[in-house]
Parts: sequence; structure tokens; C-alpha cells
Amino acid sequence: MAAAVELRDLTKRFGDFVAVGGITLDVQAGEIFGFLGANGAGKSTTIRMMCGLLRPSGGSARVLGIDVAKDPEGVKRSIGYMSQRFSLYEDLTAQQNIRFFGGVYGLHGPEAREREQWAIEMTGLRGQEHRLTRELPGGWRQKLALACAVLHRPRVVFLDEPTSGVDPLSRRRFWALIDEMAASGVTVFVTTHYLDEAEYCHRLALIHAGRLAALGGVAELKQVFAGHAVLEVECPHPADALDTLSDAAWAREVAIFGTRLHVVVEDAERGAQQVQEALAATGNTPAQVARIVPSLEDVFIHHVEEAEAQKAAAARR
Amino acid sequence: MRKTWAVARKELRQIARDPLSLVMLIGLPAFMLVLYGFALNFDVRHVALAVQDLDGSRASRDLLGAFVNSTYFDVTAVADAGDDLERITRMRSAKAVLVIPRGYGEDLAAGRNGDVQLLLDGTDATTAQTILGYAGSIAAEANSRLLHRALARTGTPAPDMTAYEPRVFYNPELRSTQFLVPGLIGFLLMLTAVLSTAMSVVREKERGTMEQIRVSPVRTAELILGKATPYLVISLLATAIIILAARVLFGVVVRGSYLDLFVATVLYLLGALGFGLLISTIADTQALAFQIGLLTSLLPAMLLSGFIFPIRTMPAVLRAITNLVPARHFLVVLRGIILKGAGLEPYLEQLVLLAVFAILTLGLASLRMSRREA
Repeated sequence: MAAAVELRDLTKRFGDFVAVGGITLDVQAGEIFGFLGANGAGKSTTIRMMCGLLRPSGGSARVLGIDVAKDPEGVKRSIGYMSQRFSLYEDLTAQQNIRFFGGVYGLHGPEAREREQWAIEMTGLRGQEHRLTRELPGGWRQKLALACAVLHRPRVVFLDEPTSGVDPLSRRRFWALIDEMAASGVTVFVTTHYLDEAEYCHRLALIHAGRLAALGGVAELKQVFAGHAVLEVECPHPADALDTLSDAAWAREVAIFGTRLHVVVEDAERGAQQVQEALAATGNTPAQVARIVPSLEDVFIHHVEEAEAQKAAAARR
Repeated sequence: MRKTWAVARKELRQIARDPLSLVMLIGLPAFMLVLYGFALNFDVRHVALAVQDLDGSRASRDLLGAFVNSTYFDVTAVADAGDDLERITRMRSAKAVLVIPRGYGEDLAAGRNGDVQLLLDGTDATTAQTILGYAGSIAAEANSRLLHRALARTGTPAPDMTAYEPRVFYNPELRSTQFLVPGLIGFLLMLTAVLSTAMSVVREKERGTMEQIRVSPVRTAELILGKATPYLVISLLATAIIILAARVLFGVVVRGSYLDLFVATVLYLLGALGFGLLISTIADTQALAFQIGLLTSLLPAMLLSGFIFPIRTMPAVLRAITNLVPARHFLVVLRGIILKGAGLEPYLEQLVLLAVFAILTLGLASLRMSRREA
């Protein structure tokens, strides 16, 4: 089966600035594909090229086999898009928003009525459909925006930071909806910078500075630490400890996580001992050193640091 | 068509939801009409006149009577001998002072020239010019009367003289409201059509909803049509209100056919809507759209259209520029229909220019809209 989305060396330059620097990946039909990266990493730019809102500077984006840059109208009927900015009409009621978006997608007659009822059920807005959208709580508005984006039953849905600014409970419910959609065969391409949300995705792409840093399933991505151990260190002066441990050759990676440090070593027991000794020598004796299961955040930082190191090496040459 | 209707219906709902914008679109034109209709009055009547009659003869009283009977002048002050006449105009107790020197009656009786003097406040040049004209014709009339009387006394029959009897067509009383109302319609339609269209599109850009529409299968033409139609209807409604208000308040009657009026107005509005859309493809914020709209459409519609300032008296460069202002051509047609009761045939040139403007702006706007990224 052909991939629902195929990106080949997709590039976008704004003047001298390379926003997206050659991304190649495939997304299979029915997959929830997470696009993970910091703000400004190029997530939105990529998604906007896939929707035909931006013209690529190079490479290609194919959605359902259609080259988006060559035939943007050809894919519009089959895709849904929910932008990062909350993009419903706040001065219209929930129902009027549903009807408007149904209308611009050409829905009419019984189908339009059926989809309207579906949207009201799915968002849980029954009884609230005549309220102005601006008066609805954030979680409801988010669900309404999703409903409006998929009224026309698109086969591929692009969601750009769909849960930013929404409370955790609403986020959980929102992801349940995404799960349902994927189960019914819809391909979901979603960007986020919440690493916990990435766990909901079937596969992930980590992007950093417009480039693909890693690609794979969650478990697969955590394999980068296979043969290594991640230690969590609690000590009085974490910032000083970062300096101390960064100089040690045996510590492969050191990163600050809040008030703690994560240190990647080759062997858990020997590494823990080395950490103890190195920090004690500087009067920064750790209260605790424990081996932990690496999180996606560890994976993400690992790849970002690797990419930065490569860039620095390239600059030296 | 369905998609166009979806856009238009949404637009109408948004307008209806925002009472302020509705008031601005429909109420403001009527309000402006009242304001401009009463305030923008170029008619000069009942000019405050101060009189210093040092002669006090029958002849001087006759001359004074001629001034008052013309209804252009009201005697508001009488100055005595030795009064500071400049003070009268400086203190604005009168616009003009008529000075009749001692011996005026005697001079006339003796067959000599009778000198009189008119002191005029020239700070408002337009009014002063008009007063000068009135005074001149009153003096000329007085002269011809004197001539007749003198000739009658000597028994000579009066010579044949040119009997000058002007008749003014279309606006016989030369009331400026008659002439301002069409101008006002042209101006106000620019206000509602250009600004409201531009603002409604730019607002969608600002709020991010435009992007949502652009990923939908709505074509540019459908979007433009759906956006522009509600404003076209509202602008026509505003036009009807202005015409009704002008009739009730100022007695301005449309002499021509309403169908002609409708056709010309729709043609003009299409250009204005297209221009509004064009602005929306340039401006990214409502504030900027407002500024551009104000500078490029409202000001020309007021200053360079012949609405207030006659184009004939402008320097050649400005006069050439006025050709680019659609309101100018619209005004010519509108005055023809409303005041003269003319049809559309004499105004083909203007109508063609309006059509060209509409095609140009709508075409450019849709080109820019469909080409646009992001």
C-alpha cells in the first residue's frame, strides 16, 4: 500500500534562512505520526507545505499520491487541517461554525445535517451548540476546531500543535478522539512540543533546526541508549555538577532536568561510583544517584546534542 | 455556488452579530448626510451688513433698500460718523460695511458720480467673492434705475438695453444641498464598500481563519463573491437610505430613473469592493488596511471627485489625477440622474471607465489572492 504522506528532501528557505532543510519520510495510512520539535524547529512550516499553504523551495510533498505543490486543489478535499492558532469564528455560535465549514467543503442536504449531528455529539456540545464560540472553554473549542477540520471525512488530517494551551484532562480526551480517527483508517499527522504527548503516537520524527534528527517508534527511539545506562543525579549544586561531569570522558552525555542531572554512562554500577567520586571531590556530594528508564526527553536531548556536535564539527572543518 | 453562499451567510451573520459595524454601515451614511447636508452649505444669504449712511438722503435710503430687498443682506448694525469701521469687521459684527458718504444724493441729483464704498471681510474668500458679486449686481441695478429716472426727467425716451434674464436649469435656486447629495453618496459608498471589505478580509487574516478557508476547496472566485455580495447589498441599502433621507430632509428628488441609478451604483460599488479586496491582499493588519483605505479611496473621493471642490479650478496636474478617481466619474453620472433626470446614454464614457476600474481591481485582487502563499 502506498504511503499516505511522502516527503522527499522537502525544503523551505525564507531568504537565507533555511526553515526546513531537506526532510524525507513516509507516513503510512492509518498511522498517528508525531512531529516533534522545539518552537521554531520548522514543524509548522513543514505542515503548511503539506497542506498547500506554502510552496516548497525544493523537494516534494506527496499527499495520497498527489504532489501538493503541483496540484494543491487536488488534495484539499481529502485533507483536514487544524492550525496552531485557534481558527474558528469566535463571534459565531458553535453550530454556525460547523455549518460554515461544512458549507465551504461543499456538504449539503442530509449529509450536512448528519455530519453536524456527528460533530455536536463528538465534541459533547449537545445543548451548548447555540453558545458563542468565544464563550466556550478552551477544551471544547479545541474539540470543535477538530470537528470542523474533519467534517468532510478527510483521509489525512494535519494537526499543528492541537493541544497547546489546553488543560491536561482535555488533552487526554482530545487524544482519545485522535485515536478513534486513526482506528477508522484516517492518517493523522500531528505536531507537538509536549513530549508526553509523543507517547500517543505510533511513530515519531524528531526535528531540530529544520532537519530530521531521528525517526521511529517510541520504543525504537529509546534504543539509542541500548548498551548504556541513564543515571539520575540529585546533588546540592546541579549547575556546578554539570560543569564537573561534562569534562569527564566517561560521562557520554550530561543534561539538566529541573533540579536533577541525567548522565549517560556505559555501565550503571561503575558510572554511579564515578559520579559519586567526581562530585565528592568538588564538595558537591550527591544525595542520590539512581539508574532510570530513559524518557523521550532523554532521547530528544541526545539527538539535539548530537546534531549540535555535528554542526560544530562541520563548522570547524 | 453553495460554497459562495456558505461564505456570504457567515459574513452576514458576523455583521449582524456586531451591532456596531451594522450601525457604521447603515446608520453612519444617514448621519453623515445630515451633518454634511446642513453644515456643507455654500449658499450665501442674509449676509450681516453694517451701514454707515452719512448722507441720509432719499437716494441713500433707496440704495440701502435695494440691498435689503435682495434678501442677500440683513442690516445688523448702523455705524455713526466717526466710528471705527474696521473694528466692525474685526469684531465680526458684520461681514461687510456699506459706506454712503455725505453728498451722495446731491452728487446724483447734480448729475455727478455718487461714490459709495463697500468694506468686505475677506478672511473667507469664497463667501467674500459671492458677496462681491451680489453687491455688484445690486449696484448695477441701482445705476440703471437712476439712468432711467434721469432720462425721464429730461424727456428723452429710454434707450433699448440688454434685458438680462438668467434662468438656471436643474437647480433653479442654486441650492448646494442639491449638488452635494450625489457627491455624498459617492463618498459614503467608498467609505462603506472599500473599508468594510478590506477590514473583513484582513480580520480573517489576523485571526487565522483565512488559513482555514484556504486549505478548504473554496475557489478564490467563490470566496471573493461570497465576501463581496453581503457588502454590496448593504451598500445599496445605505444608498437607498441616503436618497430617502435627502428627500425628506432636503427635498432632493431623484428626477431620473431608479433603474439607471441602480445600474450606475452597482458598477461603482463593484470597483469599490474590488479595491477593498486589493487592499486586503496588501495589508496584514486591520490598522494598516484602514490607513491605506483612508488615503487611497476616501480622501480622493472627498477632495478629488468634485464632491466639494470644483475640478475645473484645480491645477492641471491635479485635474489629470482626478481622472483616476472613480468617484469623480460616478459623480458626473449621479448628478445627471438625480438633478437633470438624464438617462445613462450621455454618460457612456464615465460608465465605461467605472467598468474598467471594477474589472481591473477585481481581477488584480483575485490574481493576488490565488497566488498568495500563507
